[in-house]
Amino acid sequence: MSSLARTESPVVRRSLIGIALLYLVLFIFFPLFIVFASALQKGIAVYFNSLINPETLAAIKLTVLTALIAVPLNLVFGVAASWAIAKFDFRGKNFLLTLIDLPLSVSPVISGLIFVLIFGLQGVFGPWLRDHGIRIIYAPPAIILATIFVTFPMVARELIPVMKAQGNDEEEAAITLGASGWKTFWYVTLPNIKWGLLYGVILCNARAMGEFGAVSVVSGHIRGLTNTLPLQIEILYNEYNFTAAFAAASLLAFLALLTLIIKTLVEYRFRAELKAVRKEREH
Amino acid sequence: MSIEVKHIVKTFDAFKALDDVSLKVQTGELIALLGPSGSGKTTLLRIIAGLETADAGEILFQGNDAKDKKIKDRNVGFVFQHYALFRHMTVAENISFGLKVQPKHIRLSEDKIKAKVKELLHLVQLDWVGNRYPSQLSGGQRQRIALARALAIEPKVLLLDEPFGSLDAQVRKELRQWLRRFHDDLHITSLFVTHDQEEALEVADRVVVMNQGHIEQIGTPQEVYHKPASVFVLNFLGNVNLFRGRVIDGKLFLDHSGANLSQGGDLSNIKPANLYIRPHQLDISRHPQGDNAIKSIVKFLNLAGSSVKLDLSTEFGNELQVEITQQEYSQLKLIKGENVFVCPKDVTFCEYEI
Repeated sequence: MSSLARTESPVVRRSLIGIALLYLVLFIFFPLFIVFASALQKGIAVYFNSLINPETLAAIKLTVLTALIAVPLNLVFGVAASWAIAKFDFRGKNFLLTLIDLPLSVSPVISGLIFVLIFGLQGVFGPWLRDHGIRIIYAPPAIILATIFVTFPMVARELIPVMKAQGNDEEEAAITLGASGWKTFWYVTLPNIKWGLLYGVILCNARAMGEFGAVSVVSGHIRGLTNTLPLQIEILYNEYNFTAAFAAASLLAFLALLTLIIKTLVEYRFRAELKAVRKEREH
Repeated sequence: MSIEVKHIVKTFDAFKALDDVSLKVQTGELIALLGPSGSGKTTLLRIIAGLETADAGEILFQGNDAKDKKIKDRNVGFVFQHYALFRHMTVAENISFGLKVQPKHIRLSEDKIKAKVKELLHLVQLDWVGNRYPSQLSGGQRQRIALARALAIEPKVLLLDEPFGSLDAQVRKELRQWLRRFHDDLHITSLFVTHDQEEALEVADRVVVMNQGHIEQIGTPQEVYHKPASVFVLNFLGNVNLFRGRVIDGKLFLDHSGANLSQGGDLSNIKPANLYIRPHQLDISRHPQGDNAIKSIVKFLNLAGSSVKLDLSTEFGNELQVEITQQEYSQLKLIKGENVFVCPKDVTFCEYEI
């Protein structure tokens, strides 16, 4: 890279950087600006008023609730799955790896449909659930389930490479020193993966709060009850309530920015750690 | 603590890592498990530690079956090839780890743990590194810390997996002499794995030579070097020259010389044999001495070292390696391309063909 930069003429270099910048402005900064500008178009009072609208508030609450359930569950699942994959050899390991990637390769709409087919009235458990008065589809449980499904690869995918690179040596050392499995995990494994874990959780959270497709299929769009923030934005927008739509969108955009900032910080720390891991291996 | 391993079998998928291995280690011994990679030596060590389980066979610690004993109840200290120090802990925290994870009712007090760490750091002669992180230490220092960490739990057995494998030659040599002295002071039953024959011969009380999942020979360094039990041991423990010969009336004759080579034994039939002769068992002279001398040309001379190593080519086209003392060399004043006569003084190993 650096040698390339040194050999290319300044004109080429500048136009390359220019194109990249133009892209960024066109596809990121400009839309972002529009979101905030439209949201604040009619003044800060209207902005906050549209945010505390009961339906929007309900959507925010549901989104936060969904993330609060989905992220910890996927954190546990992600750690367990990557632990199993990175530290043990077993039959069907590659199959498990493929399964973990599944939500990323399947369209979110299909992910949502799966739950409709399982829990919906025409679905496998639908009639039984109806008879027992349990609502899953077109209710928060389905939204949470769909979100969990869509976001479950996020943590595991971050952790597997880190755990694989670190190997088993330190865990084995801990066990020969008399540590129990739990203490080994808590004092040896976890500190070694903490930055990777945090990074995975941030990405998982961002996806959980922003998920549209799968949630849209199972939600039923009942105002104030089963709309998450992205769904609420769509409804407001379709009703030409632009200020309110953009105000809600600005929340998600803000979340995205926050995620980016934290991600950059974590990546910075994380990179130092990965470097240390590699250095350790070389010795 | 004595260790006894009986008929251990271990298979990884289709690969037989250990095939009916039995071994007895006396209390206080320092044993080397020596063999090429894939010979099963590390697997054996890990099975003794409890990091792997054997498919079949028994392990006895002090005469008691250790099969159902968990790793932490085996009282074993393990030192890994790549140190396996906890990278996010300081050296002192690394050493105290084994003491701190003990259940509350038997755990030492903070002060006692601190004192113990200090004592162990002193033992491995690294008093000043307690607050550093492993990445700030050299390879040799890390391995000594790993040893201190393993010793903290006062193990009855010390197992070392290629402890010097990833160090450079100089540090390796220093550290293995240090390990020998260390063992002489502590007398803790120890097994270490190595693929370096020099290391095994220099450090161990007894050497276990392993090959393809079984034990080829167990013996003192002297025994395995001078009285190898098999061609494999012979080849693995140093350079050797192969001569074809035959045994007639209990006497050995080299094929190409027709001369006899004094060797005990009372075989009366004529039997073809392979004779293995170490480089230092060959004599070199300008003129043929006796009938068994083989005419050769000096191809290469290595003068660096305590002895002089020669590569020769015989008149029959075979390559020979010969080692003579510096004194002999200065008397002979050999030069490259010169014709000499090689004469065997002794035979290390004789393999009869059936």
